[in-house]
Amino acid sequence: MAPYRIESHPILPTRSLDTVSFSWRNRPFTARPGEMIASALFAHGIRTFGHHPRDGTPQGLFCANGQCAQCLVLADGKPVKACMTPVTRGLDVFPLEGLPTLPDVIRPPARGRIETVRTPVLILGGGPAGLSAAIEIGQQGIAAILVDDKDQLGGKLILQTHRFFGSAEAVYAGTRGIDISMKLAAQVDARSEITVWLDSTAVGVFSDRKVGILRRSPAHREGAYVLVEPEVLVVATGARERSLIFPGNTLPGVYGAGAFQTLVNRDLVRAAEKLFIVGGGNVGLITGYHALQAGIAVVGLVEALPECGGYKVHADKLRRLGVPLHKSHTVLSANGREKVTSITIVGVDAARKPLPGTARTFQCDTILMAVGLHPVNEFTAEARSADMTVFDAGDAQSIAEASAAMFTGKIAGRQAARALGADVEVPASWYAAVEVLKSRPGAILARDPPHRNRGVFPVFHCTQEIPCNPCTAACPRQLIRFPDNDLRHLPIFLGEPGGTDCTGCERCVTLCPGLAITLVDARSNPEEPVIAIPYELAAGTIVAGDLVTVVDIEGRVLAEAPVREVSVALHADHTGIVRVGVPKAMAKQVAGVRMPTASVERPTYETVQPLGDDAIVCRCERVNASEIRSHIRAGCRDVNELKTLARVEMGACGGKTCAPLINEIFREEGISPEEVTPSTHRGLFIEVPFDAFAGTGKLEETH
Amino acid sequence: MNEAHDVIIIGAGSVGVPAALALAREGVDVLVLDSAASPGQGAHKAAIGGVRATHSDPAKIRLCLRSLEIFHTWEAIWGHNIEWTQGGYSFVAYGEEQRKILQALLKIQHRYGLKIEWVERDALLDIIPDLNPEGLLGGTYSPDDGHCSTLLAGHAFYREAARAGATFHFGETVGGVTVERGCVTGVTTQRQSYSAPVIINAAGAQARQIDRCVAAASSISFDHPVSSESHEAGITEPVHYFLRPLIVDIRPQPGSSNCYFFQLASGQVIFCLTPDPPVPGFDCRETSSFLPLVARRMIDLVPKLTNLRVRRTWRGLYPMTPDGAPLVGWAGSIGGYLVAIGMCGQGFMLGPGLGELLARMVTQSSLSAEDQEILAHLAPDRQFRRQEALK
Repeated sequence: MAPYRIESHPILPTRSLDTVSFSWRNRPFTARPGEMIASALFAHGIRTFGHHPRDGTPQGLFCANGQCAQCLVLADGKPVKACMTPVTRGLDVFPLEGLPTLPDVIRPPARGRIETVRTPVLILGGGPAGLSAAIEIGQQGIAAILVDDKDQLGGKLILQTHRFFGSAEAVYAGTRGIDISMKLAAQVDARSEITVWLDSTAVGVFSDRKVGILRRSPAHREGAYVLVEPEVLVVATGARERSLIFPGNTLPGVYGAGAFQTLVNRDLVRAAEKLFIVGGGNVGLITGYHALQAGIAVVGLVEALPECGGYKVHADKLRRLGVPLHKSHTVLSANGREKVTSITIVGVDAARKPLPGTARTFQCDTILMAVGLHPVNEFTAEARSADMTVFDAGDAQSIAEASAAMFTGKIAGRQAARALGADVEVPASWYAAVEVLKSRPGAILARDPPHRNRGVFPVFHCTQEIPCNPCTAACPRQLIRFPDNDLRHLPIFLGEPGGTDCTGCERCVTLCPGLAITLVDARSNPEEPVIAIPYELAAGTIVAGDLVTVVDIEGRVLAEAPVREVSVALHADHTGIVRVGVPKAMAKQVAGVRMPTASVERPTYETVQPLGDDAIVCRCERVNASEIRSHIRAGCRDVNELKTLARVEMGACGGKTCAPLINEIFREEGISPEEVTPSTHRGLFIEVPFDAFAGTGKLEETH
Repeated sequence: MNEAHDVIIIGAGSVGVPAALALAREGVDVLVLDSAASPGQGAHKAAIGGVRATHSDPAKIRLCLRSLEIFHTWEAIWGHNIEWTQGGYSFVAYGEEQRKILQALLKIQHRYGLKIEWVERDALLDIIPDLNPEGLLGGTYSPDDGHCSTLLAGHAFYREAARAGATFHFGETVGGVTVERGCVTGVTTQRQSYSAPVIINAAGAQARQIDRCVAAASSISFDHPVSSESHEAGITEPVHYFLRPLIVDIRPQPGSSNCYFFQLASGQVIFCLTPDPPVPGFDCRETSSFLPLVARRMIDLVPKLTNLRVRRTWRGLYPMTPDGAPLVGWAGSIGGYLVAIGMCGQGFMLGPGLGELLARMVTQSSLSAEDQEILAHLAPDRQFRRQEALK
């Protein structure tokens, strides 16, 4: 039995107990049916998948998204990406130590013709943007092929267990990402115009306006190579995660938030015991909350800026659960030999320079990087260079919330239909909606608690203007409104004691994506009202009769209070309500209860000497920052020359991770972007074996 | 005032950089101009890096023999690793027709003292154990030929040329050539003007643009018949070293007339094919047809490549001439204008030997009989009657 599986989860259903047996270094292991090798290894506590051919340093999972090649293992003798290759019964998996040896092949395999498929529209990516585009295109009666490299539709929505912000009517705000993905996917599945190719990766857009697709299926992982010739291309390929340059950043256990969410929320693997988060944007904050929901301790979070960039309600969720947010701090090093065992952080000044004497080291086994996203826009660029008609949407166009991606997807869908002659307009209101949904969080406003003390009424603890309105849709008596009807404002409650008033239905409490609404119920005991608090942690962690620590919205401890009742309403989709009785003086401050098991990790103050003396920039070729700096200082201003000199961007991922970091190093060296010649983009998007191009795949069986 | 030099080389590529090194080592004040931001960014970096002397044209044989020597001794003399591997070339034969072509060629090659032999099937399989034995008749094997990294070699030549005193100006496009009294006197770029009594056209696929500049300044029309063709190439992930010689398959197949590849010392397999019909022009964007064409040829030759993953592809330009041999020499009617153009896709292997010849042409009053023979073969104004047997 794999020891690191999540057996119960407050939001996600647990999986069947079916297993598939395989071996790791000749030891018997088990996987869930269809599970990727990487997840199955993590479920057994294996984090180190091999050692790099250049310097023998350990490597393991990094992107969990098929984009890099850090998770290579040998499966039945072939080097494969562990994150994209499912376990099959009896598979023999070994770590990849250095360069692989090609397995012997006695005869060339039978070769077939490479099929060219013509289609009015090809959509790359089945996330919120791609699905929304497909629905619009299908509604116009136009046929499209939608390609996604995962085995289910939804993109990153399937990793999002939290309720979404935005507009309830337009983009399903208040609904969990996982459920939005199912709604969108169902609409796409219902449209006969849309053909979905799952497990299929776009590998290049060529100058003859064909898009190469490696079409796989669970039964045929090697897949068949197909050329698609669309009249219009829609690129909804999402984003890739930024990285950071610090010593130890290639250690197994340092990886992106997307990888963590994939392991935990898609595959229900307890990927970490003690997690440390780098980055206080929405992604880092949300992922920290996901970790706590999965029973994983979050040791802390560093944010280089004086305030977290993500929504305050997300940061507050972590604060209430006792996670220390180290603002104006950055990561100094990841420490460990074969995998991460601790992190050293340091305070920084306004110029992000480390402050002497502020380094602290925390024990942790995983360092989660959530330091921003970059658009996956190379397909758009290639298509433009091939003079194709191309529209982009979602994060591939510009980084924003999934709610905005749904709208830019709809717009791209309409644009594609128009390009094919359909008589439809893109409503101007859609563009306006995108701007609203993309709006940055506003300033934090001072807000007085409601003046009333009688009856039952909601307290809005949100103090930051963000585009979000599920609470207005939640109230059955329409008593929650925005000034000017602009969902970027803070909501106000219109109920009047004696007039039309709150019924205490608690729908707003459970629907608020920020978990920032409580209900004060003074009806039975005005001196000790009952506070209804939203609660989304594992069932049974708090039960009636417990004495719990109640905290305010930002996690400041207010009192110990008795739990009166814990319930999950049917309509509440797994969001529970904890009811506590508190003195009326603090009734309107109480916003959360601390996890009973929360423990704060104590740091040590010595600086751990990191392995190696420099930080890696190019993971694939293990090129460190000082080597790149020395070439720049010697006059190199052409990234193409840097490729020759240092081999950056020449590895398996083709510069997906290091290209933005190299730009940052140029900036740090005082070189303006105009002085730097960017590198020439090279096909392919991922590495593809010769046999696929030779047409050896069994396409018939992948239909 | 114009910046003055002894020699201006237009093009910091496979020919221009070694020529700059050879000239600078002779104490010549040489300036190299290139429109790209760094050396070797044109066709040079698109070359896969094979180096052989086993041609059929005597001029190419002689130049490449010297290139081989330079590549072979490079690391010992200069200390840079350029991944030179003297792994030999093997032209393989799976049909009688190829056997006849290759064996006929051996006679010419032996006449120039080249070390190349016909190897029967089983002996060839000893040299290349992973070659597909089915239908294999044998092949030629020339153990002195080899390959290296064009990127590393190009940059090594550049560094040594700069260290020897050559001046390189990047990001400058030559827009005009000045001619006075029938002799070139300098060039102008979008940044500034330079003067020199000798201008070497080493502009690769753009050679004719420089010709046009000279013609415009002198009202003498030039017609150096260099036309550009696009070829695609690619490289794989690195794997344990298993393939020593560079393999060439000259069987024509629909879409391609030949295919060649080798494994770099660091483990990556680098490959190329010659499209049939040729693709004229300057388009350097990848096509969808290349990988399917080249993949089936390669796994047919070496089945073990089946599971090897392709990492990147690219497209480069072959400056072609009517007979498959370069155009090298002083342009007869204009003084001081030296052309070294039309390398037909072999600039990388010709470059080091040719660079030294160009330096001798500039610095020596009389050339050796062998140099004169080479130049007679490569004369820019020659009649194009011959045809290189294996381009």
